[in-house]
Amino acid sequence: MKALGFIAVLGTGLLLLAASRDFPNWGDPDSPASSYRLSRHFITETINETAVPNMVTAVLADYRGYDTLFEAVVIFTAGIAVIGILRRYGSRNSIPSARETPLTPKKPDLIVESTVRLLIPIIQIFALYVIAHGHHSPGGGFQGGVIFGASFILLALARDLKAAQNWVAEKRTLILACCGILIYAGIGVLCQFLGDNFLDYQILHRILPTDPVMARYHSILVVEIGVAFTVTAIMFSIYSNLSSNGKMKEGI
Amino acid sequence: MIDQAPAIVLLAPFLTAVLVVLVGMKYERACFPLVLLGLSFSVAAAVQTILQVVEAGTLRYYMGGWPPPFGIEFRIDGLNALVALTVSTVALISAVYSKNRVPEENGDKISIYYTLLLLVVTGLLGMVLTGDAFNLYVLLEVSALTSYALIAMGTRRATVAAFKYAIIGTIGASFYLLGVGYLYIKTGSLNMFDIHEVLVAEDLHRSTTVLVAFILITVGVWIKMAFFPLHAWLPNSYTFAPTTTSCLLGPLVTKVMVYVMIRMMLTVFDPVYTFVQLNWGDIVVWMAVIAILVGSLSALAQTDLRRMLAFLIVAEVGYMVGGVWLANTAGLVGAIYHLIADVFMTLCVFLFAGIVFAKTGKREITATHGLFAKMPLTMAGLAVGALSLIGIPPTAGFFSKWYLIQGGMASGHWGYVVALLISSLAMAVLFFRIFEYALFGVKPAEGHGDHHAGDQGKFSEASASILLPLMGTASLVLLIGIFNQSIVSIITDFLVQFNLADPMFR
Amino acid sequence: MELLKAIVGGMNYWIFIILMMIGLYAMITKNNLVKKLIGMSIFQTSILLFFISLAVKEGATIPILHHDQAHAKQGDHGEGGKHSDPSHKGKEAASAIEEGKEKPSVSHAGSSKIDPDRFTNPLPHVLMLTAIVVGVSTLGVALSITQKLYTEFGTIEENEILDQLKSGDD
Repeated sequence: MKALGFIAVLGTGLLLLAASRDFPNWGDPDSPASSYRLSRHFITETINETAVPNMVTAVLADYRGYDTLFEAVVIFTAGIAVIGILRRYGSRNSIPSARETPLTPKKPDLIVESTVRLLIPIIQIFALYVIAHGHHSPGGGFQGGVIFGASFILLALARDLKAAQNWVAEKRTLILACCGILIYAGIGVLCQFLGDNFLDYQILHRILPTDPVMARYHSILVVEIGVAFTVTAIMFSIYSNLSSNGKMKEGI
Repeated sequence: MIDQAPAIVLLAPFLTAVLVVLVGMKYERACFPLVLLGLSFSVAAAVQTILQVVEAGTLRYYMGGWPPPFGIEFRIDGLNALVALTVSTVALISAVYSKNRVPEENGDKISIYYTLLLLVVTGLLGMVLTGDAFNLYVLLEVSALTSYALIAMGTRRATVAAFKYAIIGTIGASFYLLGVGYLYIKTGSLNMFDIHEVLVAEDLHRSTTVLVAFILITVGVWIKMAFFPLHAWLPNSYTFAPTTTSCLLGPLVTKVMVYVMIRMMLTVFDPVYTFVQLNWGDIVVWMAVIAILVGSLSALAQTDLRRMLAFLIVAEVGYMVGGVWLANTAGLVGAIYHLIADVFMTLCVFLFAGIVFAKTGKREITATHGLFAKMPLTMAGLAVGALSLIGIPPTAGFFSKWYLIQGGMASGHWGYVVALLISSLAMAVLFFRIFEYALFGVKPAEGHGDHHAGDQGKFSEASASILLPLMGTASLVLLIGIFNQSIVSIITDFLVQFNLADPMFR
Repeated sequence: MELLKAIVGGMNYWIFIILMMIGLYAMITKNNLVKKLIGMSIFQTSILLFFISLAVKEGATIPILHHDQAHAKQGDHGEGGKHSDPSHKGKEAASAIEEGKEKPSVSHAGSSKIDPDRFTNPLPHVLMLTAIVVGVSTLGVALSITQKLYTEFGTIEENEILDQLKSGDD
């Protein structure tokens, strides 16, 4: 098995290497990927077409907004899948567990507790900043959502899962995740109702007091907020399922 | 006014999936009707799409209003439309089947299960409809993640199978992504049609990178479609998963990957490149021959009903890959037509296996004993599916095999023709063995544990919610067979643009 | 010297391929399920590295416009309500690039014309943001399957699980 695996790996590596002689050098500005009209269009026209200075955000949420919707759906799917695989509800828990680690009740540590209490608000404010400032700096819904979700995970790590669940209960995480997806897809469907393609934000200038370009600009923000909702919720949901082995009682 | 039908095909199951989570928290009973509603919308939109494609040719739908290559587009031709309609129909049928099965098999997670079911359908439909190579990867992962979860929700053997599937599936998907990356480094584009234009315009077909990209994408897709010898993940996954899962995934996942392979070979890379320049036809067809033989013969050796069907899928994948690589119109028509026919035939037999499991609680083939008297309608449904798999007119399977054999003869691949015939024979043996059990019961020596002489004559048909899907599928298999001409004409219209070697329609 | 040049010029490809081989090897041969998952993570990360290294351009900065540049451009949008016809946008833009000139409505801001060579290619970044998310999701699902296996079998060694399956009925 080992030898076979090694041969397969070596074969793949050599195959990939064979092509790399053909590749443009590192940092070559004339490489096909950089000089093709696609990349040039994104660099030069984004600001005219969407008014967003951060090209990555504009391409992510507008030009390839459909991709990003399904990127959020991948996260959502993962959350639902983890619940489907692991979650064991209440007393109907009939699966005999082969090895259950006995958990001793933790007593809160003063230093950890105080540090976390100070840190969490800062983390959350920073997360909101990252979400809201995605148009002008690196950031956006995914990054901000992960940071926001991390603040809950930090709480669960420092105290226990119960403490974090007092903030966001299990049902609420699911509702939050669904809301995020619905905000994103809802904007797309709204565009359809107004008579344009799915996710074609510029038609929203009919109901927003702006011109089509700024309608795109503002829709991107709304979409990012939707993504942030989903990512926050699912990050915490995956963590709490994994750490409590699906029982949602006590974490690690 | 823009026509929204292509988008609705995908959006209906997707939005329903999200709604099912929300509604399911409070009203678990509302999930099933919602699922049916969403999938019916999808089927209706798919029907409308295919009618428009037949009437007006290729449909294009720009996501976000951005024209390609800047945005992502749906470009729907005859092939897409047919496969999309097939996928949504099968999803609807297996959703009907799931009505009582899901509460029984996954009682505490009904809404979660239905959400995953709808998401896997969304992923598969997205892969079929999209015209963007990278977007295909994203939706591939949506459908893959849901499949892992749906399989892992079965018995503990299913969990082991799901882990294996997750590892192998990730390798396959990553290979595909790497292949797309290799294409991107050379062309700078992600839209399938745009990549093709650049490849042709800049004469990149000679470059090693494009060759490696082709190998990576093909191998990645082969892993995902369980083409022998890359099929290791499939049999256990479909054998031990909940029955609704195997009814949905068994027919669909492998076939959609066959579609992706055809799309990549014909649309992204040029048929001249794949068939003439590379000239791998012989090797791949021989690999397909081995796949067909191994699949059918392994199926003969199985005692577990669903495991036997899983090996039949391996053989069927061999049919289609071989048919495509025959590199002529008859072979391709056969492969695409077989893709559609096979989805329904496989669904038919998997539904039967599910019904047997629901009624008797047993997995073995011997569980079918005496079923002709007990459940005549169920057996009639199986008979149609089985005859189609064997290839007896007027079922769909006969016509697809007819085209495949014609293609094999035209290109001189006699080994492939012989393999098809042997495999038909093997399937005949398999299914007549089941018929024999069902008619006469099992000899006491073989099945003493299952032998309940008292039950034998009693008429106890399965409940309507699991019987109706089987009847519907069986009649669809017949209808696809009877109306084969109209389906074949859609396929040939699609294939005309590629100027293939054309022995059949000369 | 030639060889050295080839290696240094294509250094990113070498690194990505070596990382990919490490990951793939771990995925195929390791017996411990978590080690397999670690391999999977390395494997997927190597692909991210490959794509991101495609985006690099010598002498280019991150694909975010400078504030002054951005504001000059944004100022234009208030004045002209253009882009009402979505279907022509792309062609128009593409032809504008080919002819090397800006659209008339923004020509008076010509001083802030954007030079595509000054910014790295944003597309691979976007794609990899998606791929990172996909990788994390796959890892999450695979970890939860591993955990379920652990509760059911009491081990995460593959051969022990297979032994249990062979000997015991389920």
